[in-house]
Order: sequence, then C-alpha cells, then structure tokens
Amino acid sequence: MNEFQLLAFARGIGFQIAVAIFLMGMMLRLTEIYSLGRKPNLAEPRLVSGASGWHTLYRRFAPPPGMLQTAYITYIGGYVFHIGFMMVFLLFAQHIKMIQELTGLSWPPLPAPIIDFITVVTLVAMLVVLVDRVRAPVKRFLSGFGDYLAWTITFLPVLTGYLAVKHLFLSYTTLLALHIVSVEIFLVLLPFTKIAHTATVWPSRWFNGNTNGRKGVPV
Amino acid sequence: MSASLSRAINVLKKVIDAPIASYLNSCVHCGLCAEACLFYTETHDPKYTPIHKLEPLRRLYRQEYTLIGRLLKAIGLAKPITDAELEEWKELVYNSCTMCGRCSLVCPVGNDIVYMVRRLREGMAIAGHAPQGMITVTKRAIETGSPMGIKLPALKFQLSQIKAETGIEIPLDQEGAEYMLLLSSMEVINFPEFITAVAKIMRQAGKTWTLCSEAFEATNSGIQIGVSEIAEEIVSRIVDGAEKLRVKTVISPECGHAFTALRWEGPNLIGRPYRFKVRHILEVLDEFREQGILKTSGPEDARMTFHDPCQIVRMGGVIEPQRRLMQMVAKDFVEMPDSGKYNWCCGGGGGVSANEDAKELQLIAFQRKKEQLEAVKAERLVTACANCRIVLEEGMERYRMDVPLVGLTELIADHLVEANNVGGTG
Repeated sequence: MNEFQLLAFARGIGFQIAVAIFLMGMMLRLTEIYSLGRKPNLAEPRLVSGASGWHTLYRRFAPPPGMLQTAYITYIGGYVFHIGFMMVFLLFAQHIKMIQELTGLSWPPLPAPIIDFITVVTLVAMLVVLVDRVRAPVKRFLSGFGDYLAWTITFLPVLTGYLAVKHLFLSYTTLLALHIVSVEIFLVLLPFTKIAHTATVWPSRWFNGNTNGRKGVPV
Repeated sequence: MSASLSRAINVLKKVIDAPIASYLNSCVHCGLCAEACLFYTETHDPKYTPIHKLEPLRRLYRQEYTLIGRLLKAIGLAKPITDAELEEWKELVYNSCTMCGRCSLVCPVGNDIVYMVRRLREGMAIAGHAPQGMITVTKRAIETGSPMGIKLPALKFQLSQIKAETGIEIPLDQEGAEYMLLLSSMEVINFPEFITAVAKIMRQAGKTWTLCSEAFEATNSGIQIGVSEIAEEIVSRIVDGAEKLRVKTVISPECGHAFTALRWEGPNLIGRPYRFKVRHILEVLDEFREQGILKTSGPEDARMTFHDPCQIVRMGGVIEPQRRLMQMVAKDFVEMPDSGKYNWCCGGGGGVSANEDAKELQLIAFQRKKEQLEAVKAERLVTACANCRIVLEEGMERYRMDVPLVGLTELIADHLVEANNVGGTG
C-alpha cells in the first residue's frame, strides 16, 4: 500500500469503520456502566444552595484550596493539554471544514499561526505530564499499560497533525494519512481505554455531587 | 475458591452499581487523591493513595461487568482476586482509611472514593478480612447493644451518679417527649458530662426529652466494619425505640459515625423513610439559638479553635451550626487552615481507633492535625465527636501538646445563663 492508497483508505472505509466501532463501543460501554443503576436514596434530603450534582459538574474544574500549589504540574499541565487539544480539534480551519462536510455545521476558525502555537503548547504540556507520570512517585506507582496507551493514542494525532501542516520529515500525503489513521486509532480505542473518561466524567461528577448535595455538602 | 472468598465476591458483585462503575471508568490515575489523604501526606508511601485501596474492587468490576474483562477472564488472562490479596488489602482498606471522605472532595473527575471504600469493606468483612479489633467490637455491639459492652444497668448507674452529683434527673423512656437523645458508649463511660450538659440545655430551653432504655446506643459498628445486616440491626433498634416512644426528633450525640449511620444510611438500610426527624446535637443547639431559647453569657477570652469531625461536617452536612455556637462562647474563635468541609481527619475515624494494628499509623497520621493546631496556636480545642476527642487526646499526648480539649455541647452548657439553676426535666 503506497501513501495515496493509505490516504484513500483512511479517508474512506477506514474512517467509516473507525466511526462505527467508536459509536458501537460507546453505546456498549455506557450501557454496561449505567444499566447497573443505583438504589433510591430514602434519607430526607437537606437542601443547601450550591449543593447538587449539577453544581459539581462545573465545580470540579477548579482545584480545591491549596491543591494547585501542591500539584501544580498535574493541574496546569492538565488544563493546558485538555484545552489545547479541544481548541486545535474544534478551531483549526481544516477540521471545521471536515465537520461541515459531515454535519453541515461550521464556525469561524482561529488564524493558522495561533493554531500552530496552541498545538506546540499542547504537545509540550503532554510531554510534561508524561515525564511527571514517570517521575512522580504516586503517579508512577499507579500507572500501568493503560495509562501509557491512553497518552500515546492522544499524543499521536496532535503530533502527526502538526507535522503534516508543517510538512516536516515526511511527505504531506504520508503525514496526512498517518494523522487520519492516528485519529481513527484514537476513536476505535476511546471507549475501551482510559479515554472513556471523556464520557463518564460527567455522570461521575453528578453522582458525587448529588449524593453529597443531598446531605447539604457542596462538593 | 474458598467459601469465604466466594461470599466476598458475591457481595462485591451486588454492591457494584452505576456510580461505582462510572467512577472506576473515570479515574485517570492523576494521583491527586493521595494529596488529600493524611495517610499519604504523613508517610509519602504511594500505597496509601486512596484510589489504589480499591484495586480488588476495580479488577472485580472489570472481570464481571465489562465485555473485555469477561473475555480476558474467559481465556485466563485476568488476574483473579484471592483470599491472600484481600488479607493483604486489609491494611489499606481498614488501617489506613478513616472514611473521612477528603479524597472524594478533591478528585477532579468527581469520583466518590470513600463511597467505594465503604462498599469494598462489605466484601472484605464478609470474607473475614476485617481487623480483629473491629470484629470484636461489632460482635459486642450485636450481643450487648454497645460496642464497649455498655448495658442498661451501666447507663442507669451513670445516670444515678449524675443525679447524685448535680441533682439532675435524666428522663428515661418518657413517651411523647419531643426529643430522644442517643449516646455513644464513650459518652456514657468517658464523657458523662455530655449527658449533664444536654440536660441543662433542655431545661433552659423548656423542651421535653428522654433516653430510651432499649435504644440508647448510637454508635454503629456495622457501618464501620462494612456489614450492612448488622448496621441495619443497629439502626432498627433505634427506629423501634423512637417509634415506641413516639418522639418527634432523635438526637445523634457528639459522635461522627453515629450521625452519618443514622441520618444518611439508616433509611436506606431499613428500606423506608423514618417517621421522625434525625438531628445532630449541634443542629438542635443551633435551632435553639435561632429560636432564642439558648441563652449564654460570659464568652471566654481564651483563643479557641474547632476540630471539625469528618462525619459530621464533610460527610454529614453540619458545617455552619458549630461556628455560630462557637461565636456565642468564644471571643477569639480562630479557624484552623483547611477548616470546615476541607478539614483533616483526626486519624482515628472509620474504626481505625478500634483497631490496635493501626495504632502506630494513626499516630503518624496525627501529625497533620498537629500541624493544623500549631498553625493557630489555640489555647483551647473544641470538637463535637467522642471518638475524635479520644484520638485527639492520644495524639496530643504522644506529641506532648498541651491544649485543653472540650466538647462543644459541654462548653455551651458551661455558659448557660442559668447554668446553676437546674433540675429534672422530661
């Protein structure tokens, strides 16, 4: 398979297969998780303003008092790479064009130099959190194959995308094909790896906030 | 597979629900929960990272409730849970977790880690992998009604002592009283002045109240060790007693786990809402304050601080009443760093103080509280949990700290306007 055939595959049947696995995988995983249900809480609730599942959905974006100083790499690295990843995905002109072709929706892109800058910052942030994972005793202790796999399949689309745009090391066609393939790998593995937290984090925050909110504790 | 392990796995399979599955799928191993756990911050041993304490539960969930986990298990690629592993995990699940819930407060993905520890304890306990000290205490609670073996005659003796010393008649089994007060065994034996204090306050407020001879013990060892059937049995005794006496409100004493067990877990354990209200004594005192029937005088000049018991504050939702009450009796009330819902545990909750194997670790963990106390240079320490009091006293003795410690209810009673004019109530 040459680079043109690879690109054609990645843009065609490869993309369709990846999206199908992603959608079915997410349905399977979310069904597995949330069909387990939970028992009703019979304790008389204590109503306190700001204490609910919905409040916890956004409250957990902010670090609790003192935690930012204690774990600044985790927080700042995490903020930068998550926000950077989403900005590059949603505000890069080529991505918006692709989304428009798929859904009909579009919005104004960010200028290319700004996207370039955000991409580099995102890549650096991801490398920093990786080094921190290897060096910090608690993270190193907790981390296993799944953690490094999740990092790798998230890092590769950003890296290959940047290389393709900048025409670095390989031909544009090859890099574009590799970029699309890396995105497809990301999509296929998302439901079955730690990246599934992109979906479960919201109900998790809600459950915690709801349970403790009933007690009158804004968490 | 041994019969005990089989029982453990069956129990764990039953307790895994959608929130637990969601939490286990959300964890990204960021390690922030370690920074919220005093067993990690005071030892820097990564094995005390809260989410790591749930490893057997995580693996069981994966092997039983996910397609990929089941496939791996079917072809022999999943690491099975063993009795030996659960025995090894005893130190992490019981000795080094006070179920303070601080980890659940900081997790960025929102995982309620303490909720999962509570459920994992259910499987551990049923398989016999709970600490011997907690097993003994729980058996005693079922056999005698009290984890310390305090029976009705012992309570009656204490009540007669109180009457002899103060002239106060403590009401017992008064049908139709507005309030029914529960006690922890520690209050009966170590801090009977709490009972006197409540009597004085009720007298001043003009409220009817009673103890119940069939249900005076509030401590719930079933919750701490993780056996729901025992927890239900203990709650049911209280519910039966309260309904028999037709009281409107049951007062949880200055005991953290007793409050959480009765107020928040009780209705779910017995499968129905209560026909009475449950309030912590601090909530009742705050209501009296608000109604203007709690009158105090002579706030003290001494610099005072308040230790927030985790189960009352972070896990129980009683956050502000104690602060308003402290303002009534202390001119110089200072908050420790990380007070309120962010407070650090004394190190002995969740059954840790009843577990001799955990004693040394508990005292190491106490260094966090020591640091908090030293930061405010308090002349007097106030709290509202009998177990916290014992643990704080042990810790301060170990580290040669000389800070007088008192329960808030007693402190309030000491400042009642008519503190010297008391008599029988009920």
